Amino acid sequence: MGDLFRHGGHLIRVAGLFVAGVLVFLVLQALLVPEGFGVYGHYRAGAIEENRVRPVAFAGRAACVECHSDVPDAMKGGRHAAVHCEACHGPLAGHAVDPAEKKAARPDSRALCARCHAANVARPARFPQVEVKEHAGDEACTTCHAAHKPGLEKGVTQ
Amino acid sequence: MNHDRRDFLARSGKLLFLTGAAQLAFDAVLRGEPESAPNYKTTDHWWGMTVDVEKCIGCGNCVRACKEENDVPREPFYFRTWVERYHVPNGDIERPQVDSPDGGYDGFPEKYRTGDGAKSFFVPKLCNHCAHSPCVQVCPVGATFESPDGVVLVDKTYCLGCRYCVQACPYGCRYIDPRTHTVDKCSLCYHRITKGLTTACCETCPTEARVLGDLKNPKDPIHEFLRTHKVQVLKPQMATGSKTYYSGLDGSVR
Repeated sequence: MGDLFRHGGHLIRVAGLFVAGVLVFLVLQALLVPEGFGVYGHYRAGAIEENRVRPVAFAGRAACVECHSDVPDAMKGGRHAAVHCEACHGPLAGHAVDPAEKKAARPDSRALCARCHAANVARPARFPQVEVKEHAGDEACTTCHAAHKPGLEKGVTQ
Repeated sequence: MNHDRRDFLARSGKLLFLTGAAQLAFDAVLRGEPESAPNYKTTDHWWGMTVDVEKCIGCGNCVRACKEENDVPREPFYFRTWVERYHVPNGDIERPQVDSPDGGYDGFPEKYRTGDGAKSFFVPKLCNHCAHSPCVQVCPVGATFESPDGVVLVDKTYCLGCRYCVQACPYGCRYIDPRTHTVDKCSLCYHRITKGLTTACCETCPTEARVLGDLKNPKDPIHEFLRTHKVQVLKPQMATGSKTYYSGLDGSVR
């Protein structure tokens, strides 16, 4: 014990160093580590929220059906019944929020139908495909087919 | 007790280090509830996707929808999701011909003929949202991470643009956004799925070739799909823990 007191000066200096070290660590940590870093892992916790708070472009079928409930009825039983509205009509979240602001465009049937139904070797063989030019000439697809419920048996419009 | 100065300094060094670690941990405790948003708990979900190759018709709806939804640069062409066309002559799965004109954005102009003894098919690609992502492991600053609900996300404000992750991703799913010079990738439409919507690509897929699934929800149809289909992930030998499950995948697909 006597030794400790005799060399107490050393202890005080070391304790001072220790406190200074802690302070430097805390200051550096506060400056360098962003807020929320390490809460869930080696990343900023706030980044999760930042990834969430973006507006959507596609409203989703549920939103469309809220007003246009007649369309799913028309599609029922047809081969397009499972196709979601915005697959053909494009992103319409703006329209879902304010129907007056952004109107859904009526898609050009020849370009639109061909995207899926133009013959292509790589398409699954059982998927209905046509050589558009041979099949329809210059006629619009909707002349014969109802887009919401295609098929010549029932869906034919004229 | 016999203390020498070296021993004392070693002990105080350790204490100093541990104080810092304890403080970090305590910060986490103080921060409290992890989920600031109502009705969505990250710990209740574990997102994945199924892709049925045999249903993909190569229409490119997913590519266009993804670009619209996520503001992906159109020119030059970068992709969060894209579609590849495989053409495998003579069943030689070692040498497939693969093309993806503009990622399938404008569809696939017919290039092959029927009856040439080859098989052709489309394969949609996207981030596989690996549970053990190589891209996350290499990020030097923690700007990309696996979220608690299993989505590999990017912290745009923290990314340096060093491109390590672009090289590390075995699936080529990352690109450097030419406008911000930071990395960008599929976020599995995190802003949509956390609001109860499906991803833009799944929303617009006309044949339901790709379907989003919550692996933590026992009622999600993804479980039925995984039980009833023979599924595979891409590059299983890399043990990335991919959560994008392909059904009907050919051995030629890389």
